[in-house]
Amino acid sequence: MSLTRQDVEKIAHLARLSITEQEMPVYVTSLSSIVDFVAELSRVQTGSVEPMAHPLDDQRQRLRPDVVSETDHHEKYQANAPRVQAGLYVVPRVIE
Amino acid sequence: MLHHLSIGELAERLASRQISSVELTRHFLERVERFNPSLNALITVTADEALAGAAAADRRFAAGERGRLLGIPLIHKDIFCTDGVRTSCGSRMLDNFIAPYDATIVARLKSAGAVMLGKANMDEFAMGSSNETSYYGPARNPWDRTKVPGGSSGGSAAASAARLAPYTTGTDTGGSIRQPAALTGITGVKPTYGRVSRYGMIAFASSLDQAGVLARTAADAAAVLAVMAGFDPRDSTSVDVPVPDYPALLDAPLKGLKIGLLREFFDGLESRNAALIQDALKVYMSLGADTVEVSLPHLPMSVPTYYVVAPAECSSNLSRFDGVRYGYRCSQPRDLTDLYERSRGEGFGAEVKRRIMTGTYVLSAGYFDAYYLKAQKVRRLITDDFRAAFAKVDVVVGPATPTPAFPIGAKIDDPVTMYLNDIYTIGANLSGLPGISVPCGFIDALPVGLQLIGPHFSEAKLLSAAHHFQSATTWHTHTPAGYE
Repeated sequence: MSLTRQDVEKIAHLARLSITEQEMPVYVTSLSSIVDFVAELSRVQTGSVEPMAHPLDDQRQRLRPDVVSETDHHEKYQANAPRVQAGLYVVPRVIE
Repeated sequence: MLHHLSIGELAERLASRQISSVELTRHFLERVERFNPSLNALITVTADEALAGAAAADRRFAAGERGRLLGIPLIHKDIFCTDGVRTSCGSRMLDNFIAPYDATIVARLKSAGAVMLGKANMDEFAMGSSNETSYYGPARNPWDRTKVPGGSSGGSAAASAARLAPYTTGTDTGGSIRQPAALTGITGVKPTYGRVSRYGMIAFASSLDQAGVLARTAADAAAVLAVMAGFDPRDSTSVDVPVPDYPALLDAPLKGLKIGLLREFFDGLESRNAALIQDALKVYMSLGADTVEVSLPHLPMSVPTYYVVAPAECSSNLSRFDGVRYGYRCSQPRDLTDLYERSRGEGFGAEVKRRIMTGTYVLSAGYFDAYYLKAQKVRRLITDDFRAAFAKVDVVVGPATPTPAFPIGAKIDDPVTMYLNDIYTIGANLSGLPGISVPCGFIDALPVGLQLIGPHFSEAKLLSAAHHFQSATTWHTHTPAGYE
């Protein structure tokens, strides 16, 4: 196994994912096999190759004029929220 | 029967008022009602909205308006936001999510008068090659309901193949249009990255995702793509390049087309699959095309490259699902961290969590250079290989998938084996290239797809090449038994 249970617990915490006791061994195995699989990349000679982040090389991020273009939809958007109060999203208490 | 007519034939009948859009919509809604329980191709059926949309289209006809898609039904993949209609993305996370706006492609098709029948099943957040990761259960292949329809646009493919709609929309991040099209015997087009707006399309891997169409023929796909494609200021990666009139260019002469046979695609290809591809090439040669062998030495690295890049982008994109603003929230959270971790742990399925964790790992301190940066470098090498090939040939050709449809349950427990289904399709996504899959025969009564990949913005050429093939063959006319 290229990843240990401790590794997967750490990754799950970084990703803010709760993983059940039952699921944990499955992830240790399957994530290890994926990591081994993608490690094949180390065999490729890449030297000074420029990393490619975007599939169209000549594209640049466009800028638009800094003017208000959106209207207020907060009621419609908040209709999907699990909990709102007075137009605010409600979460468990953060500061005691 | 209405469900065997092409989009062009339907448009003619509607224009001459031989049929109304309401009649046509009822016909397809009846098919959905009859076949969807056994296919599970749709997550949501919007019959009332469809009939209202059809009536509106009929009023536009009465006022003298005509259009290639006016009054013609479709089914959208449930990854596209549809104002006022649940948009689940195949996930428990969004099971209760009513989209507050239309995706750009939804709005474009709506204003062209297209009539939405419902939302198609899909792998959860488009992560899968079999439609088995859907929270709503697997869609089934109409050619054999014990087999997968492919994925992630599996519901779209199953619905198109079973003639539940004249066409469906899909998205393709690593093959998610071309692979299911191949496994269900239809035509699937993945356009150039940036050709079709991604606004309102729920993001999986932003540098790879592209929307496209699944239809029965290249001619039908051309009519749809002409409406979907085009610049959108709301998508920062949308490209401002004029959209050719794809339907008008279908009959462009094929003679002299230079076809590159991708050597790497034929290495180890199952012999019956290879024979069907060779037969297809003979058809092209009889139509006047020339074939030469080309090699893309880095292409075999496309699957490991993809399974670093795509999960990395996925882990970033899916961080927005936090149980706070929309989507699933766990019950009785102890504190904010518990709310995040359990909402995400319970709201996402196994494969999505696996990809988020893979992405988190390859982006984490100490591993970033070895995995993510390395994959981005190999991505450039693959792209340079394609560029060199397209200096010599117009299109490259090979199989769309390594095998025909496989049984439901056969690969779901082994992620790496599942990932290798996309071995022939992923390269086009890494390099942002357009690709098309067209039916080219059967193995054990299951359809097989031929794939053509072209340079950036060569959709017109690909559609025309596919149209010529379909004018000379009948593979695309086969209907699965029971859905005639």
